[in-house]
Amino acid sequence: MHAIEFRNVSFRYEEDQPYVLRNVSFQVETGEWLAIIGHNGSGKSTIAKLMNGLLFPSEGEIFINDIPLTEENIWEIRSQVGMVFQNPDNQFVGTTVRDDVAFGLENRGVPRAEMMERITSSLEQVRMHDYLLHEPYRLSGGQKQRVAIAGVLAISPRVIILDEATAMLDPLGRKEILDTVHRVQAEQQIGLITITHDLNEVMQAERVLVMNDGEVWMTTVPRELVKKQTELQQIGLDVPFVSQLAHALQKLGVPLTEEPIDHEELLDTLWTLHSRK
Amino acid sequence: MDITFEKVDYTYQANSPFEHKALDSMSFHLPTGSVTAIVGHTGSGKSTLIQHLNGLIRPTNGKVRIGDYVLEPKKKPKHAKALREKVGIVFQYPEHQLFEETVEKDIAFGPRNFGVPEQEIQKRVAESAQAVGLRADLLKRSPFELSGGQMRRVAIAGILAVRPRVLVLDEPTAGLDPRGQKEIMDMFYRIHQEQQLTTILVTHSMEDALAYADQVLVLDKGKKYMEGTPVEVFSQRQALQQVQLDVPEMFQFLLKASDRFGKPVAYQGQDVERLAEQLAALAGDPNE
Ligand SMILES: Nc1ncnc2c1ncn2[C@@H]1O[C@H](COP(=O)(O)OP(=O)(O)OP(=O)(O)O)[C@@H](O)[C@H]1O
Ligand SMILES: Nc1ncnc2c1ncn2[C@@H]1O[C@H](COP(=O)(O)OP(=O)(O)OP(=O)(O)O)[C@@H](O)[C@H]1O
Ligand SMILES: [Mg+2]
Ligand SMILES: [Mg+2]
Repeated sequence: MHAIEFRNVSFRYEEDQPYVLRNVSFQVETGEWLAIIGHNGSGKSTIAKLMNGLLFPSEGEIFINDIPLTEENIWEIRSQVGMVFQNPDNQFVGTTVRDDVAFGLENRGVPRAEMMERITSSLEQVRMHDYLLHEPYRLSGGQKQRVAIAGVLAISPRVIILDEATAMLDPLGRKEILDTVHRVQAEQQIGLITITHDLNEVMQAERVLVMNDGEVWMTTVPRELVKKQTELQQIGLDVPFVSQLAHALQKLGVPLTEEPIDHEELLDTLWTLHSRK
Repeated sequence: MDITFEKVDYTYQANSPFEHKALDSMSFHLPTGSVTAIVGHTGSGKSTLIQHLNGLIRPTNGKVRIGDYVLEPKKKPKHAKALREKVGIVFQYPEHQLFEETVEKDIAFGPRNFGVPEQEIQKRVAESAQAVGLRADLLKRSPFELSGGQMRRVAIAGILAVRPRVLVLDEPTAGLDPRGQKEIMDMFYRIHQEQQLTTILVTHSMEDALAYADQVLVLDKGKKYMEGTPVEVFSQRQALQQVQLDVPEMFQFLLKASDRFGKPVAYQGQDVERLAEQLAALAGDPNE
């Protein structure tokens, strides 16, 4: 089953404005992690807003769990899609952290007793349980992002969309939260879409969609993506440190047969070459 | 302008059940012309600290000096407007500083507010927009009809247009694409040097702290945890990991490489190309 499918989707914000998405098609399988990257203004957040029905395509069709998204079924479908916005302030509705997480659950008719359980466990997962009665707008930048992510984990959606949702977290916090989301995604076979400028995060995803100026530039797997260092740099992007290093080694004539996905893979290869001497 | 914190405490919501000491006896000195990176875990007090720098908030206890300006508890600072002109802060979330009808007006707001002549304002708007890589056709748009990275650029341009003497940047590259991150940091650094500014960079990117800072200040739960040059600070991985931080990726890789090959591969300011040469030598020259 496809968690999400875009079929020839085009979009413009106003009739008299140019299209910001042109003929976009892609699929995300149930249980799959897709990363979306692209230069500023390339259309990533617009795609995210189309996915949960905040916007509707000017042309083309969108399917969620193989059901076409229409104005009629939008509420039903939106309840299966959990999204964290680029700026968490745009999504806080509750006056306390607890109420905020509760809001999504109330909307989905979750019974009271189960609600409390879910609020507790989701806030514990992002280490914000101590802030239960705090006001969301009085939190630090990273704390806001954590609470927004808890809100999505609590509703156990079928699809999770994170739009640069970890950009304000400290280095270890970012790893930890991403691991948590990934674990939930794998356990519950959720479709996960992360929009990010973090190149190392991209390497953890199963597939990558690259946007360029409103069009799909390429859909591929991370290991293939990093082969395109020069082309990616031309469209405002880049490859991670380890790929840059691998390419510099290749230029020096070091025979690396496969693109390394992380530090360990590259060091393993170098060690093997060394031992063969 | 020299910046000094003397035993600064800052408490949010004092005398309420939510009372929280966000800064705890913070003391440090930032010399004129330096770039200081402030790093620390989520909620460690970074954004609270920098809001003192243009008098947005005042210390609960202690004293803050910014050049000749002094901020003390309970005393309304003299020349508050002049201080805001001298110290430009780019906030963590750009939406917090955007409010005008058009991008152009937003960028012009600062200089207009500080009485810059109209002709000069137009010049500065064009210059700043170009410095942050904003396409000219976006200038007439509402700042709220932009992508996240575009908003970030407008917020930065608005601060640059005031030409502050102290540049305070709270996660300035969050939301920028990889090229934008590099271009904007290089642009800040160029302006910093040309105009001999004092720059404070709050960041979760240890790579940027290493590349641009003269000194690094590490916060933990509102307290100063560590202070030193980037190389001094980043040679203490364990201590950093204890407070949710880590060393730059280059350092991480060097540690793993040293481990694997059983001999130290030290950080000497090498770039990726130079590191590749070192590794090639370690792995054995393939052309032999
Ligand atoms: N509300 C809006 N009205 C009109 N145009 C908009 C609106 N929101 C975004 N745009 C434009 O649509 C294009 C795509 O924006 P989008 O937010 O999808 O980009 P993005 O890829 O998410 O960028 P970023 O990395 O900066 O967040 C941009 O050119 C932007 O200026
Ligand atoms: N307006 C406020 N009212 C009450 N408490 C606040 C307020 N703003 C911040 N705090 C609290 O003060 C502490 C420090 O917050 P601050 O925003 O300075 O952290 P930070 O280091 O900038 O974190 P981040 O990296 O997440 O942005 C946090 O525990 C936060 O919850
Ligand atoms: Mg976006
Ligand atoms: Mg902050």
